[in-house]
Amino acid sequence: MRVFSSRSLSTAVLVVAVVILALPGIALAKTEIVWWHALQSALGERVNEIAAKFNASQNEYEVKAIFKGSYPETLNAAIAAYRAKQAPHVVQVYEVGTQTMLSSGAIYPVFQLMKDNNIAIDWNDLIGPVKTYYSSGGNLYSMAFNSSTPILYYNKDLFKKAGLADKPPATWDEVEAMAKKLVAGGAKCGYSTGWPSWVLMETMHAYHDQPFADHANGFDGLATTLKINGPFGVKMLELLQRGAKEGWFTYNGRLNKAEANMGGGECGIFTTSSAYIGNITKTAEGKFAWGTAPLPHMAGFPQGNSIIGGATLWVMKGAKPEEYKGVARFFKYLASTENQAWWATTTGYLPLTQAAVKTMEASGVYGKNPHLKTSVTQMNAGKTTPNSQGLRLGNYGSVRDAIEEQMENVFAGKKTAKQGLDDAVAKSNDILKEFAALYK
Amino acid sequence: MKRTVFRNRWLPYALVAPQVAITVVFFYWPALDSVRLSLYRASPFGDRLIFVGWGNFARLFNDAAYVRSAMTSVVFAFFVTVIGLALALVLAALANAKIRGLGVYRSLLLWPYGIAPAIAGILWLFIFHPSYGVLPYVLSFVTAYQFNWFLKGWVAMTLIIVAAIWKQFGYNLAFYLAGLQGIETSVLEAASVDGAGPIRRFLAITFPLLSPVTFFLFTLNMTFAFFDTFGLVHSVTQGGPGDATSILVYKAWKDGFENLQLGISAAQSVVLMAVVIGLTAFQFRFAEKRVNY
Amino acid sequence: MARAVEATATVGLAVTARRRRRDWSGFTAHAILLASVAVLAFPLYYAVVISTQTVGQATSLPPRLLPSTALLQNYAEAWQRAKMGRLLFNSAVMALAIAVGKITISLLSAFAIVYFDFRGKWLVFWMIFVTLMLPIPVRIVSTYEVMTQLGWVNTYWGLTVPLMASATGTFLFRQFYQTIPDSLAEAAQLDGAGPLRFLWSILLPLSKANIAALFVILFVYGWNEYLWPLMITTTPEMRTAVVGVESLVPRGGSQLAEWNVIMAAAVMVLLPPVAVIVVMQRWFVKGLIETEK
Repeated sequence: MRVFSSRSLSTAVLVVAVVILALPGIALAKTEIVWWHALQSALGERVNEIAAKFNASQNEYEVKAIFKGSYPETLNAAIAAYRAKQAPHVVQVYEVGTQTMLSSGAIYPVFQLMKDNNIAIDWNDLIGPVKTYYSSGGNLYSMAFNSSTPILYYNKDLFKKAGLADKPPATWDEVEAMAKKLVAGGAKCGYSTGWPSWVLMETMHAYHDQPFADHANGFDGLATTLKINGPFGVKMLELLQRGAKEGWFTYNGRLNKAEANMGGGECGIFTTSSAYIGNITKTAEGKFAWGTAPLPHMAGFPQGNSIIGGATLWVMKGAKPEEYKGVARFFKYLASTENQAWWATTTGYLPLTQAAVKTMEASGVYGKNPHLKTSVTQMNAGKTTPNSQGLRLGNYGSVRDAIEEQMENVFAGKKTAKQGLDDAVAKSNDILKEFAALYK
Repeated sequence: MKRTVFRNRWLPYALVAPQVAITVVFFYWPALDSVRLSLYRASPFGDRLIFVGWGNFARLFNDAAYVRSAMTSVVFAFFVTVIGLALALVLAALANAKIRGLGVYRSLLLWPYGIAPAIAGILWLFIFHPSYGVLPYVLSFVTAYQFNWFLKGWVAMTLIIVAAIWKQFGYNLAFYLAGLQGIETSVLEAASVDGAGPIRRFLAITFPLLSPVTFFLFTLNMTFAFFDTFGLVHSVTQGGPGDATSILVYKAWKDGFENLQLGISAAQSVVLMAVVIGLTAFQFRFAEKRVNY
Repeated sequence: MARAVEATATVGLAVTARRRRRDWSGFTAHAILLASVAVLAFPLYYAVVISTQTVGQATSLPPRLLPSTALLQNYAEAWQRAKMGRLLFNSAVMALAIAVGKITISLLSAFAIVYFDFRGKWLVFWMIFVTLMLPIPVRIVSTYEVMTQLGWVNTYWGLTVPLMASATGTFLFRQFYQTIPDSLAEAAQLDGAGPLRFLWSILLPLSKANIAALFVILFVYGWNEYLWPLMITTTPEMRTAVVGVESLVPRGGSQLAEWNVIMAAAVMVLLPPVAVIVVMQRWFVKGLIETEK
């Protein structure tokens, strides 16, 4: 008798346990939101963290962050998935893919998403260049996420060795003068740069309120003509061609290959993405002292603003309304001041709102790491003009290749700056016209 | 010779069905689609298409970057093939003696065949590394020149050429050794009695007798250098610096998968198809002649 | 008489010289072959040495050529960071599936072509032959489209099935079957055995050597494929080992490359195919010779 009752007792306990364990599953089937991104290692872990924080903050939606490879790989995967009608809800696309996404007819604009779900975000609090790059007609199409902008870095030890004061150059004339002194003082490279086209052509044109392409850099319609072979572009490249010849400017390759030279302590002055701060902090530790400053200005040209790079989050069409509600909630979460400040502090990317900047100021983050503020200061000091909203180019990747190809010719002294830029423009115009023809 | 065949209506079809199915779906369909796509300009999402006929090809052949890429491929294939074969031939000739353990040597020389070109590239990348590689270090005792493959196109080319030759070397050597062992020593002895020195003997007798092997290895190495070295370039130089090592295969992939220019990439694929057909035709025409030997 | 003496002396000298030449050449042969083995092995040796050092040791000058003690840490780190277990598994699946699949399919097709007469036989034969001229780079963009439509992107199906149709395998078996005496087939028919029985009980056992040869070649091929897995897989979990190692090498140079870990990963990845070649080298050589005919 005892045996029987203990057996049935344990069965009952088992049944109750199973029911209790299953209860959450029954009661709360979380709606899953799929997010494809291209950030790996340390940055990828931050992505996972923010997704986990969102998931823990509520119990209706679950964001699944999946690393899909590099930016081009992630974009390719998204396109393939969309065509197979299996697109993720959110995909991170780099700035090069902006026009591709806008023309695709496959996206759900962010401003529309938030409106449809009655969630308000203060768009006006976004930092100027961040907002304008991804907006059309004042409305935001993709959610700003990891943005950076070029800034100037300098090697304080090399400066000291060359007898220069600890004051970074503010104009390109100063860059030339200081770089010459640095080389004379024994530096292997006076000035160099990462992302040659992005920094020296794209950003510099915007920084000096010079047009890069027609149709307001592609914001007013598909761009079909580049304008970089004007007086500003020519002056910029002539300066650097001279620098290469005289030895104070060293061209160290495309993409961010040159960052290895800066991190190795070779270069006195360097321009590259603000996102490099994380890396250089680690690589230069114990080796050399360094500082940051806003980008140098070219005398004789007006003041514009620097443009951003990095990536944003796009929402793909084809999902259900209740899932989009979750995406909207997730974006609202991401845009909160607290999360913005956390993200910017831990990753080194730009905080996207002024409120976040104030919070970081107040919490002493900028006090501890003033370099993080350089990019913000630079952007807040600039003027937003039609020429400095950003760039929207079809086949942007190929255009950049064409420009860098000619820049390399100019730096090597094979062509004059004017000739090189004319050739770059001719080829790029073909590339742009091809894209425009597809969407007539 | 009359062959015995089995009489069965449906069985042969069933037997070839898997191969035919896979061949049609994964070879012919995409290949024909490549040809079709090469006649269009396509949007990245593939939703917009404009027929341009020869437009993509005209654009390719007028594009300095593409022509450069073709030159790079030719130079790369040439050096990998010629240097690889020459080294293997010379070493095989010098090593061609009746020695014991040839089989052991052969297996000790063939194993790099099992290494993927991409991995071979990574190994050599480290050896060539401008900051701490063995090779620049050793060379620094000889000259002050900076062998920085990040910056200098020709150094990067040398790097991938060396990695490719290294991987193929044992293979070339093995075939030459086999070829040499198959040459009748009596012919060579007769020549030496006639007073021909070793070099003369080699040039007048050995080399011509080896020409089938040479031609076979030639087309094989060329095909390898054109088509199987994508992994090497992608993992080591990514076509750089600039586009100094952007071989045709790499450029076709990059334009299609990174720059999302589907039509242009397909046109490049079609050009590559022409190259393969040429190489294959060349090889088979020569294989016919081989039978006479 | 003097003439005869002279002639004898000349021949005698020639014979002695030849003998001396042969001894000398035997020694040279060994020397050259040993040197070749050493040079060929150096990159691998160096890679293994680096994989036992710490980052500091690996990146300092002068280069250290002797192993150090960080072996376990490096391999553990590489394993963990690249999720090597999963990568090796994927590569193994790919290599084995492709090898087995290709062998089976080509065997069946060759059997059908040799032992049956059926309508469209020559069409099938030529169709298979033409695929030799359609390597992957020739159809990359379009194949990706096809895979998208099939929903096979980032799946094991996508990794393996498209690579299972092979012209070389079919030709190898066809050639082999043509050398099998007709009497065997006749006898089987007389015994009342059907074609499948003949295939299973007689042809297959005879084909063992060819199957082994092909297996080695195809396993190495499947393991080392780079472009295909790169295109087809979109998440790190599905990547194959050769592609996965590449992800450890930093791009752009702004991150510090941990060469000791990278080399450890590279060594782990190249061991299986090289081991297969070394262990099965007799069949490997046979396979090389047979498949390249």
